[in-house]
Amino acid sequence: MADIATHDTDHATDHGHHSSTGLSNNKLAMWLFLGSECLLFGGLISTYMLYRGRVQNGPHSSQIYDIPFTSVSSFVLLMSSLTMVLAVSSAQRKDDAKTNLWLVITALLGATFIGGQVYEFTTFYREGLGFTTSLFGSSFYALTGFHGVHVSVGVIMLLSLMGIIKKGKITGDKAEVVELIGLYWHFVDIVWIIIFTLVYLIPS
Amino acid sequence: MSTNELTLTPSQSPGLVKSPLSISPSRPLGAVRRPVNTTGWREWLFTVDHKKIGIMYGCVAFTFFIVGGVEALFIRLQLALPDGRILSADKYNQMFTMHATTMIFLFAMPMAAAFANYFLPLQIGARDVAFPRLNALSFWLFVSGGLILNASWFLGGAADGGWFMYAPNSGPVFSPSNGVDFWVLGLQIAGIASLIGSINLIVTVLNMRAPGMTLMKMPVFTWMILVVQFLLVFSLPVITVALVLLMFQRSYGATFFDVSQGADPLLWQHLFWIFGHPEVYVLILPGFGIISEVLPTFSRKPLFGYPFVVFSGASIGLVGFGVWAHHMFASGLGPVSVAVFSMATMAIAIPTGVKIFNWLLTMWGGKIWYTASMKFAIGLVILFTIGGLSGVTHAVAPSDTQQTDTYYIVAHFHYVLFGGMVFGLFSGFYYWWPKVFGKMLNEKLGSWNFWFMVIGMNLTFGPMHILGLQGQPRRMYIWTEARAGEGFFNFGFWNLVSSIGSFVLAVGILFFIINVIKTTRNPERAPLDPWDARTLEWLTTSPPKVHNFDRIPVVHHLDEFFHRKYVEDETTHAMTQIATGEDLMRAEEAAADTGIHMPGPSYWPLLLAIGVAVLGMGIIYGTPIMVVGALVVLFSSFGWVLEPSVPEPIDFDSPSHDGHTKEIAPVG
Amino acid sequence: MTTVTEKHADAHEHGMSDAGYIKIAIILAAITGLEVSTYYVNFGPLFMPALLTMMVVKFVMVVSYFMHLKFDSKIFSFLFYVGLGLAIFVYCMALATFKFFIA
Repeated sequence: MADIATHDTDHATDHGHHSSTGLSNNKLAMWLFLGSECLLFGGLISTYMLYRGRVQNGPHSSQIYDIPFTSVSSFVLLMSSLTMVLAVSSAQRKDDAKTNLWLVITALLGATFIGGQVYEFTTFYREGLGFTTSLFGSSFYALTGFHGVHVSVGVIMLLSLMGIIKKGKITGDKAEVVELIGLYWHFVDIVWIIIFTLVYLIPS
Repeated sequence: MSTNELTLTPSQSPGLVKSPLSISPSRPLGAVRRPVNTTGWREWLFTVDHKKIGIMYGCVAFTFFIVGGVEALFIRLQLALPDGRILSADKYNQMFTMHATTMIFLFAMPMAAAFANYFLPLQIGARDVAFPRLNALSFWLFVSGGLILNASWFLGGAADGGWFMYAPNSGPVFSPSNGVDFWVLGLQIAGIASLIGSINLIVTVLNMRAPGMTLMKMPVFTWMILVVQFLLVFSLPVITVALVLLMFQRSYGATFFDVSQGADPLLWQHLFWIFGHPEVYVLILPGFGIISEVLPTFSRKPLFGYPFVVFSGASIGLVGFGVWAHHMFASGLGPVSVAVFSMATMAIAIPTGVKIFNWLLTMWGGKIWYTASMKFAIGLVILFTIGGLSGVTHAVAPSDTQQTDTYYIVAHFHYVLFGGMVFGLFSGFYYWWPKVFGKMLNEKLGSWNFWFMVIGMNLTFGPMHILGLQGQPRRMYIWTEARAGEGFFNFGFWNLVSSIGSFVLAVGILFFIINVIKTTRNPERAPLDPWDARTLEWLTTSPPKVHNFDRIPVVHHLDEFFHRKYVEDETTHAMTQIATGEDLMRAEEAAADTGIHMPGPSYWPLLLAIGVAVLGMGIIYGTPIMVVGALVVLFSSFGWVLEPSVPEPIDFDSPSHDGHTKEIAPVG
Repeated sequence: MTTVTEKHADAHEHGMSDAGYIKIAIILAAITGLEVSTYYVNFGPLFMPALLTMMVVKFVMVVSYFMHLKFDSKIFSFLFYVGLGLAIFVYCMALATFKFFIA
């Protein structure tokens, strides 16, 4: 959601300081969006919870989940939250070099997670769990796939942000833009915290 | 407008620019200049002005109102006489599905969005919404969604599963045509539009209020719109999930609603109604907000119990999230669930009743001025109450079990939606027309408009109570004389009455259209403050200036505009007029701000919306189209991000010779 | 929410030092380790409650510290937690009607 550019109707040079609450429009919008996303992922998680044990064809979850592997990729995503927050912190100190460094590391960790997911999906598929195999398969892939798309969008946003910062073409408050993308990134992480426990660790 | 948008005409900005500015905008992507020098259709296509977007929302929504209305007439023609031959069973299914979908998603919601877009910033004393480009995006996405939905008529038949599109009936086995696919896509895109719009408006209300305007000094219309936007933000993602699951099932063979795989058919119903019930309040609350402005104005009294009206509106919204399963009483939920949801549903009658009494007490003892707008507002109070009462009979689960899927339900929701929401919107048309277009709608035609609508609507929907209690099933496409029954309860008689009523209703709408055409041709301008109104949107010219207010008002009162015109005697509480709207306007113009920056127009919202639409069509017509859409989305997102929303001063050459016009940025 | 707050949140915009963030991350990592250990060690009846508690703790820690909600305006918390609360409420209700929590 980096496309929410700062806007102020009173004076172009004086971004975001005339608001009724004293808060930034962009941050309010981002938090609302995240509040809304809770209901999106809630729906997908509930669908999975309802259907996780309904397997008429193909493997059950306990037959294919690879907990050690998923633990490692969960850990990678968790640590990307740390690097993201360090990027935000650097951006607030106006340290461009460090901001870019942490953004790259965050994007790399995110990409690692996605790589892990691709590997996991292909393995599952080979073991007989397709998207259309069973209710478990459909709801598992829909939930984790939706999450994966969110991570991928996040990676694209991180890399674009880096490019834009490097070219000095950023519109609006740089630290705030980094923070906004950070909020999105952390949200994707906390969704995974829930998925990791409810989907992987608790057997159906 | 003039040929060059940068020239503000003298009437619009006294003492400011008169000479055209020359432009050299920067190129955010190195390829595309931002649109600045716009005239004619470009002025509308690339606009980010909340007022223009509001008008466009209104026009498109009204067009869909006609479309949905014609669909309704087809339905009534088919049922007017036994063995109707106007429509086949299949076409009939498509007709009622598209009638409901069009009326709810393409008329009611966007028409409310039209009012919200236009008046919400004006009522809180702001110059625009918080995110003007997102506002434009939201409008264009809505248009894309509407077009995709209706394109299905020409591409193999429309959706035919009813507006709630229950799965598994809407799955590929029972609904093999592409209609449901178009429906899913159209709603998905229109849903994104509403989500973006709602985030935008919430931030606008929270953050863009004029100094002194606390939340409890906001007009009730703004309050109700705020509640609606919260409902949308938190309910739309739920239907998004449902639509995504259905899309995956239909297009990619997923099993979510495949009962042979052990799927639970109630999953769709839950997801749909978790969204669907808040949606009901999304439809009605804007109407409540409008008449909460209209009733005090035409009763010459402040709204009775402002905080009660506000908080009952908010509590309707909150409780609205906990009652969805009353749409599912007949589905075998189990006695505990039914009891819980039944109680919660009855509880909603309390805040609604509070509102009704507040409106009645607002009129009580007032000097009532029966304008067309006021008539529609009173009509809402009465008709909505009738619909609300039949609603209470649905809350009682045993009686609901009897009424489910009969015409009684159809009667109920048309009383609350047509009698409630549509009457509210028409009340708003008559009330705010002079503000938006600077001309008064004809009161006499307005009266004809009202009476035909009120009589037509009762003739159409009143008999449906009887039909329903007699057991005429909802969605029945044909009935036979042999089974119509006898005497007072004869199906045939009441179906005919209902069908005749629907044409009376249509004549009422026709009066409105005639009124609009006549008014547009009439050169006479409306007075500045024709209704002796109460809220801030009247503290500007009609139509409002591009920058809305010459100076941002400082608010001290609820009903600020009224309190600038009248003072209250300390002892007798009599109100004495100290100024007219014209006086106030002159004062504002004399103290006008200079150097007002307005957000510049942009190509990106339109382009992005087109990209999303193409991307969606790719789901039906294949991956290559999807890839094209995705590329357009990606390209326009980058263009968007790299373009400052307020044009940089460097985008404009030093414009004029008298110095102080330099900072006027383009609008339009 | 009704008052107009003109706070300039400079003081708490930064929230924590980098060292603080690293500490939070270490705690999160430790909890994750503990979570994964439930896969190898039998926790008996504590299994579910322990896992759910750890999940909530991790969630709240990321939201409060990494997302700054603890240091930021209450309005942000309101917007987010209303969404989260509604999500938990409606979906638990829906699952309850499926008798999800009984079996």
